[in-house]
Amino acid sequence: MSALCLEVAGITKRFGGLLANDAISFAAHDGEIVSIIGPNGAGKSTLFSCITGFYPPNAGTVRFRGQDITRLGADRICKLGIARTFQIVQIITDMTVLENVMTGAFLRHARNGAARARAEEVLRFTGLIDKQHMAATALTIADKKRLEVSMALATGPTLLMLDEAMAGLTPVELKDMIVLIRQVRNSGVTLVIVEHVMEAVMELSDRVIVINSGRKIVEGPPAEVVRNPEVIQAYLGERYHAGR
Amino acid sequence: MFDQLLQQIVNSLLIGSVYSLVAIGLTLIWGVMNIINFAHGDFLMIGMFIAFWMYTLYGIDPLLSIPLCAAGLFLLGYLVYRFIVSKVMGGPGLAQLVVTFGVSIFLANFAVMLWTPDFRLIDHPLLSGTWMIGAVPLSIPKFAASLGSVIVSAAVVLFLRKTKTGKAILATEMNRDSALLMGINTDRVNALSFGIGSALVGIAGAFLSMYYYIYPQVGGLFGLISFCIVAFGGFGSIEGAFLAGIVIGFVQTLGGYFFDPAYKYAIVFMVYLITVWIRPQGLLG
Amino acid sequence: MRTFTSRQVSVSAVVLVLLLFFPLVARGSFPMHVMIMLFMFAMMGVAWNIMGGYAGMFSFGQVAFFGIGAYTSSYLLVTHHISPWIGIFVGGILAALTAAAIGIPCSNLRGHYFAIASIAFGEIVRIQFNNWKLIGAAEGLTLPMLPESFANFMFHSSKAPYYYIILGFLLAALIVCYLVATSKMGFYFRAIKESHEVAKVLGINFVHYRLMAIMISAFLTAMAGTFYAQYILYLDPESVLILPISVQIVLVAMLGGAGSVIGPVIGAAILIPVSEITRVMLGHKGTGIDMMVYGTLIMLISVYQPQGVWGLLSSIGRRAR
Repeated sequence: MSALCLEVAGITKRFGGLLANDAISFAAHDGEIVSIIGPNGAGKSTLFSCITGFYPPNAGTVRFRGQDITRLGADRICKLGIARTFQIVQIITDMTVLENVMTGAFLRHARNGAARARAEEVLRFTGLIDKQHMAATALTIADKKRLEVSMALATGPTLLMLDEAMAGLTPVELKDMIVLIRQVRNSGVTLVIVEHVMEAVMELSDRVIVINSGRKIVEGPPAEVVRNPEVIQAYLGERYHAGR
Repeated sequence: MFDQLLQQIVNSLLIGSVYSLVAIGLTLIWGVMNIINFAHGDFLMIGMFIAFWMYTLYGIDPLLSIPLCAAGLFLLGYLVYRFIVSKVMGGPGLAQLVVTFGVSIFLANFAVMLWTPDFRLIDHPLLSGTWMIGAVPLSIPKFAASLGSVIVSAAVVLFLRKTKTGKAILATEMNRDSALLMGINTDRVNALSFGIGSALVGIAGAFLSMYYYIYPQVGGLFGLISFCIVAFGGFGSIEGAFLAGIVIGFVQTLGGYFFDPAYKYAIVFMVYLITVWIRPQGLLG
Repeated sequence: MRTFTSRQVSVSAVVLVLLLFFPLVARGSFPMHVMIMLFMFAMMGVAWNIMGGYAGMFSFGQVAFFGIGAYTSSYLLVTHHISPWIGIFVGGILAALTAAAIGIPCSNLRGHYFAIASIAFGEIVRIQFNNWKLIGAAEGLTLPMLPESFANFMFHSSKAPYYYIILGFLLAALIVCYLVATSKMGFYFRAIKESHEVAKVLGINFVHYRLMAIMISAFLTAMAGTFYAQYILYLDPESVLILPISVQIVLVAMLGGAGSVIGPVIGAAILIPVSEITRVMLGHKGTGIDMMVYGTLIMLISVYQPQGVWGLLSSIGRRAR
């Protein structure tokens, strides 16, 4: 087993009376693609935000390459090498595609010229280089997601966390995105992704973690997880399960 | 010594309740359409002048001018919305901030042109004189103004909660898009809110004219303080604006009393900045 | 914006040459005064742009820094006979430190909220200076009439030296703005303007960069304040610390085009002559008509050209190519 990249232990997050995350634990090893799935409202995005420093968890720890990052701010965590995307695409609206990616590149490349070179390199990798001078707002939703991934990659992460990167994509765009994610992993980046689109989950994941109502219920290889009765019940409800 | 303190507390409540009324008008506009009306203080000034001229030209006491001030400012607010503010609603946020500055500068100088910058006073209002509460003098016009402000504030809250139109306004304030989906004509709600918010400050102007100096630039400081009150209370929160108005009345009066009257407004602004640091959304925001 | 077209370079060169020759052909001191005010407000508009147009912090309190700069150098001159050329830097630093002090509590504020806080800040400074005996309080501070010289930063026989100095300051401010805009800092400012989430996720410490924006802006604005003090030779809070000055600075940047380097210069070029001329033509009787015109202008600009003139010009330029 390769080295431990991310170790999440007992993450609990409460919003007033709502227990969004209940003692969730999992780990990701270098080079893995780990998917987190679960019904809507299960607490997946909250978990992401707790891990990446956008919310402080009420309890639990997060270790990245052995270092405790639980209480660190989001920008510190990015500097340490974790990048993430959001469910609602976060890009800089009054910039071009290239400028957006340069902004990410500036994290590791202080000079304008170096940042630009790195940004162009990333755009070639993600296939957006021909659109580099387009206004970011003029892109299609699929390309905006690709741009967001490019921005994240430009910060030079060793762990990339994608939040529903496949949402809203056509079948063709889906295939392209799957290819891109594989390429990212092959370039040496570990991936933890939240996904709803099961086709992508099945194709990409080394391991799948299922969250329901804030708790982790199952973990394992994709083929096993989808046959797990608890998982089916969580997604489709009692009646369907009983009917089988 | 205790009497002095009591006097200050009374003064705080007196000015605070009028501040509340001014602030409620502003927060209504802000909450519904996310526009700060920088001319709000100047609307107050117009209300004061309406009351003044009714008194000077026709002998009508300020208390009786209240309906006219309310109606006049409602109309002014409606017109400003319809012909100026509504046109910047879809545009950049900076333009929205700046346009009502233009209205403010225009109105204040319009008043200078029409009525000169001189200070005016209504010398014999219906309500004048002082009650003595023990050793504490209570100015009757100030008391009437403050009582009136509280009554009008309560009436506004009732209107918003109990009437159909009022509820439409509250709904738009809470969530524009949902309100649109439910068939609420948000443009009409905007115009109405601007009108009502302005009418409220017109009424406050009528109250203030009973004892305050009336001059074109009087709106300036009142306007600034009302922005701070609204932010302090929580944007869009009527109850917050009311509460904050009273609190700021205390901050100003007690601050001036305990430190230095020349600094009383600086203390208000300082308290506002500190609050916004600790609790950016305001008291009830 | 980053690389200049040859047309932009040649137009700029021509304009600069015209500006350099202007004092030789100007008749009377009024046109010179208008140009000096134009350059001064353009400089403050450029300074505003760094924190407002780029980093999204719409400050309506810039006058506080203007006043701090003006009073600092003047106080040092009057009381300690320190040269204004040193005083200008002390003023700038004091303004920057004040900016940092106010920037920290305001570091999470955006949009309207930040605007109101900035107004409150400006008013606190005004009230403080109005009551501060050390610098003359409400009576004001009069600068000594020193012999005319560059070292004294004082000229009595002609406005031309003032003209060239403030033009030099403006060019310096433009260079600073350009360097910021094309650097990591500029990109980070624009990310901060977009949202705190975007900034955080790209590893940007947004509090740190917001403070940088405010401090640079304050320093440049304070420099303009010192210039003003040396030009007018008299300061009082009701002239140099009032909200209308802050509003004028925002207007200059907005009219020209917030978020572009040259925008505020264009904005000042339109707004300052208009306001100075209407003041002279309509304002001397104290009727307020000149300000009514000014207020109307503000409304018209906000409604019909809120993106600023620069956006309009550059799109025309693009279409013409």
